[in-house]
Amino acid sequence: MENILEVKGLTMDFGGLRAVDSVDLYVKPKEIVALIGPNGAGKTTFFNCVTGIYTPTKGDILVSSNNGSAVRINGFKPNRVTERGLGRTFQNIRLFPNMTVLENVMIGKHCRLSAKIFGALFRDKKTRAEELKAAQECYTILEKLGLEKACDELASNLPYGDQRKLEIARALATEPKMLLLDEPAAGMNPQETVELTHLIRRIRDTEQIAILLIEHDMKLVMNLSERIYVMDHGQKIADGTPMEIRNNPEVIKAYLGEDIDA
Amino acid sequence: MDYFLELFLGGLTRGSIYALIALGYTMVYGIVQLINFAHGEIYMIGAFTALIIASVLTILGLNSIAILVIATAAAIVYSSAYGYTVEKIAYKPLRNAPRLSPLISAIGMSIFLQNYVLLAQTSDFLPFPRLIPEFAFMEPVSHIFSSAELVIVSTTMIVMVLLTLFIKFTNIGKAMRATAQDKTMALLIGIDVDRVISVTFIIGSSLAALGGVLIANHIGQINFYIGFIAGIKAFTAAVLGGIGSIPGAVLGALILGWTESFATGYVSSDYEDVFAFALLVLILIFRPAGLLGKAETKKV
Amino acid sequence: MAQEILKSLKAALWFMFLTFPIMVIKVNTVYKTIEWRWMNMIFIGVGIFVGSFIWRWLLNRKDRPVAKKDFVPVSTRVQAYLAENPMAKRALQGVLLAALLCFPIFMDAYQINIFTVALMYIVLGLGLNIVVGLAGLLDLGYVAFYAVGAYTYALLNTTFGLSFWLVLPIGGALAAIFGILLGFPVLRLRGDYLAIVTLGFGEIIRLVLENWNDFSHGPSGIAGIDKPDFFGLELNLNQMTDAIYYMMVAFTIITIFFVGRLQNSRIGRAWLALREDEIACQAMGVGRTRTKLMAFALGATWAGLMGVVFAAKTTFINPASFTFLESAIILSIVVLGGMGSIPGVILGALIMILLPEYMRSFSEYRMIVFGGAMVLMMVFRPQGLVSNFRRKYSFHGVDERLGG
Ligand SMILES: Nc1ncnc2c1ncn2[C@@H]1O[C@H](COP(=O)(O)OP(=O)(O)OP(=O)(O)O)[C@@H](O)[C@H]1O
Ligand SMILES: [Mg+2]
Repeated sequence: MENILEVKGLTMDFGGLRAVDSVDLYVKPKEIVALIGPNGAGKTTFFNCVTGIYTPTKGDILVSSNNGSAVRINGFKPNRVTERGLGRTFQNIRLFPNMTVLENVMIGKHCRLSAKIFGALFRDKKTRAEELKAAQECYTILEKLGLEKACDELASNLPYGDQRKLEIARALATEPKMLLLDEPAAGMNPQETVELTHLIRRIRDTEQIAILLIEHDMKLVMNLSERIYVMDHGQKIADGTPMEIRNNPEVIKAYLGEDIDA
Repeated sequence: MDYFLELFLGGLTRGSIYALIALGYTMVYGIVQLINFAHGEIYMIGAFTALIIASVLTILGLNSIAILVIATAAAIVYSSAYGYTVEKIAYKPLRNAPRLSPLISAIGMSIFLQNYVLLAQTSDFLPFPRLIPEFAFMEPVSHIFSSAELVIVSTTMIVMVLLTLFIKFTNIGKAMRATAQDKTMALLIGIDVDRVISVTFIIGSSLAALGGVLIANHIGQINFYIGFIAGIKAFTAAVLGGIGSIPGAVLGALILGWTESFATGYVSSDYEDVFAFALLVLILIFRPAGLLGKAETKKV
Repeated sequence: MAQEILKSLKAALWFMFLTFPIMVIKVNTVYKTIEWRWMNMIFIGVGIFVGSFIWRWLLNRKDRPVAKKDFVPVSTRVQAYLAENPMAKRALQGVLLAALLCFPIFMDAYQINIFTVALMYIVLGLGLNIVVGLAGLLDLGYVAFYAVGAYTYALLNTTFGLSFWLVLPIGGALAAIFGILLGFPVLRLRGDYLAIVTLGFGEIIRLVLENWNDFSHGPSGIAGIDKPDFFGLELNLNQMTDAIYYMMVAFTIITIFFVGRLQNSRIGRAWLALREDEIACQAMGVGRTRTKLMAFALGATWAGLMGVVFAAKTTFINPASFTFLESAIILSIVVLGGMGSIPGVILGALIMILLPEYMRSFSEYRMIVFGGAMVLMMVFRPQGLVSNFRRKYSFHGVDERLGG
């Protein structure tokens, strides 16, 4: 499979409510793709289905495996999805508030480490080496995001913008092939948003990973993404380059008054 | 056939008592999402209060109907007062704490109340006076269904109907339903959530007290520990029916009552309590939402 | 001020009313006499009047946000000091160890016995602490695993004559298997349901032991279990007491060591994260069931081991030793001491076990105080007596700690 993620006909029902309605989407390696749409369009639900937090009602979610073949990950537990190379952040920040910044990132590393009970109890050479290496790698990730100074702080003591960044750091620690960011700029001021734009692009360039992001900040979306998908009422109403989306009458109608040229 | 009928009616009686206690669990859970572990103790305190008051009145020489009425009233008043106070002390300060904190607090409260009664009264079983008279018209069937059992079953039915009407039609009942659905929203539209919670505890506790008096009268003896087992069984009933659901609690209680009655009657009476616990474990494993509850996807 | 007094007065009156039938009236149903204990009502009134001031003062203090941020509890300061001064820490450990080792020289068998029991509860508390404190799973049936260990040794010893040291690992392993068997289906349940299921499971085990006469000898229990054998030495009663004491000291130290290591390992981190936010934790690649199962099984193992020790120490067991109350005591040790904190659990066990032993007049009030303390702890100090002190991984610290 040439795409890193391929979603076909994804549908998610909550009781009588169809939050996602046969949505198709794909992401190619190293691509930055945005998923936009008005509030309640079903974007977060889409993410939750892809990352295994919800089990979708219908549809296929395919991820390319290391040898290039496609693996269907519907109904996989979230941790299995993460092991397959999809790392994510949450719209409403979900850090581990009473753990330090470094520990938060080290949880992301968890699935790439192998120490078992025996290693924990007897702390043999291999375990120690592994822990040290993991801590160093996590520290490096924090450096990349400019959070290394706060490494011993409790996550709950970080300022809001840094908490969002820490979510990204934690997702990066899972060594993803693709990063799913749910409103990474929410609550940031314009200055911070600009920095975040650069940061996201830099992550894509240095880590060579694909990024799928949900965002309401149109400036960020238009600047950053190579392709855009638009959802409304659970359905995909458009997809294309930023230029195409900007001029799509359907999209303008969906946003009705919301200024997408902002 | 008689044996079957006897077990059936016995199960119905048990189930009615469980239902009275289970309603307290289910209503409280519906509103504050807390397993009120001390609820069994509220029931026990109801039974004890009734016993104490009834004994005093017996010594004073009142007639048995007057004793029954006064003792039951006292049990209801005191159980509600305890339920109300327990909520204020052990749960209210923990409204915003992590979910396990109020549960631990509830367990502590349960241990506290058990030992409070143990120390202030006694650890022995106390004989409970027979307050419910034998009705003459029950004579022909009394070998399978006693007058006391009739009173238990019919009281429970009347109470269920009243409770349903109360919740459907009174203002505070409506406020309770609103709070159970969405506490924040209820606050926003001006419902006094604290008051709703207090009322819920008071109603739940009164029902438990009623159950306490009826069962104590039926079995004939009580001690400080009766609340523990009864509490867990009633909780099982509530979960079985779908916790938070009032008809569910009644349904669950009846099923549990019959299960116990038939299992002890036809299988073995040694394992009476094991059946209830096993049912609890199985339900939680295979259908945690209960019979009438709906499984919900937690919003992320 | 007048208002405060009025509030306290109201509270006092309310409680005098509340406790009236149960505290004041005592009926003798045999002789048909009533005893009126009005003194109790006065005690309650005065007690609540005073207590109400304290209650409100503590509640206010808790709600003051400023005080919360800047205030560093003594226990945290001590722990931070010890973490930064390894010399002081070593010294303290040395002194404590020496005191533990010399203890039997100065004390009689009775005292040693009490201390052995306290050590057993420390180990049980630390085992439960893995489940409750670290992984955040409220296990109310912990005593079931303790019973599994105890009955394993009792039965294997009395029927096949197997020795203590042989059965010790078997008991631990069997308890772990029980833990996994129970844990597998229930660990995906929400926290409060999990608590109730484990409670139900604990009661089932006890009821089975009580009723299955052919297997467990029912309520009368199993007597004549062998004491542990120490290198084949012939020990008299006092020497045996000492030997078991030393064995428990060793056990405790090993447990402290292991639990400390677990806490700061890959798995320990995952437990903490799982406790903080289950969904985020899973989404970061931590397998929920597996990780929880590990905590459950490890906790059960420790209970099983202690069960074997318990059976060997007392030489007689019956189902009455494995009631919910026992689970509640171990739980309150963890809650009181401080969930997740090793020194906390040790302190909790010492208070809960030694205090009632040494204050004989207090011992009948033991459970009421436990229960009350659990409520007060949750309301005023949910982190317990000793708050959990997380070792900071300063990055350079990582090098030292892991490399060294
Ligand atoms: N667990 C759930 N149970 C029931 N309904 C849900 C659940 N999760 C989401 N929904 C509903 O599905 C719809 C889509 O929600 P979703 O959170 O996916 O929107 P969104 O596009 O992310 O919006 P926003 O931009 O506000 O984040 C909403 O109507 C929401 O109420
Ligand atoms: Mg969203």
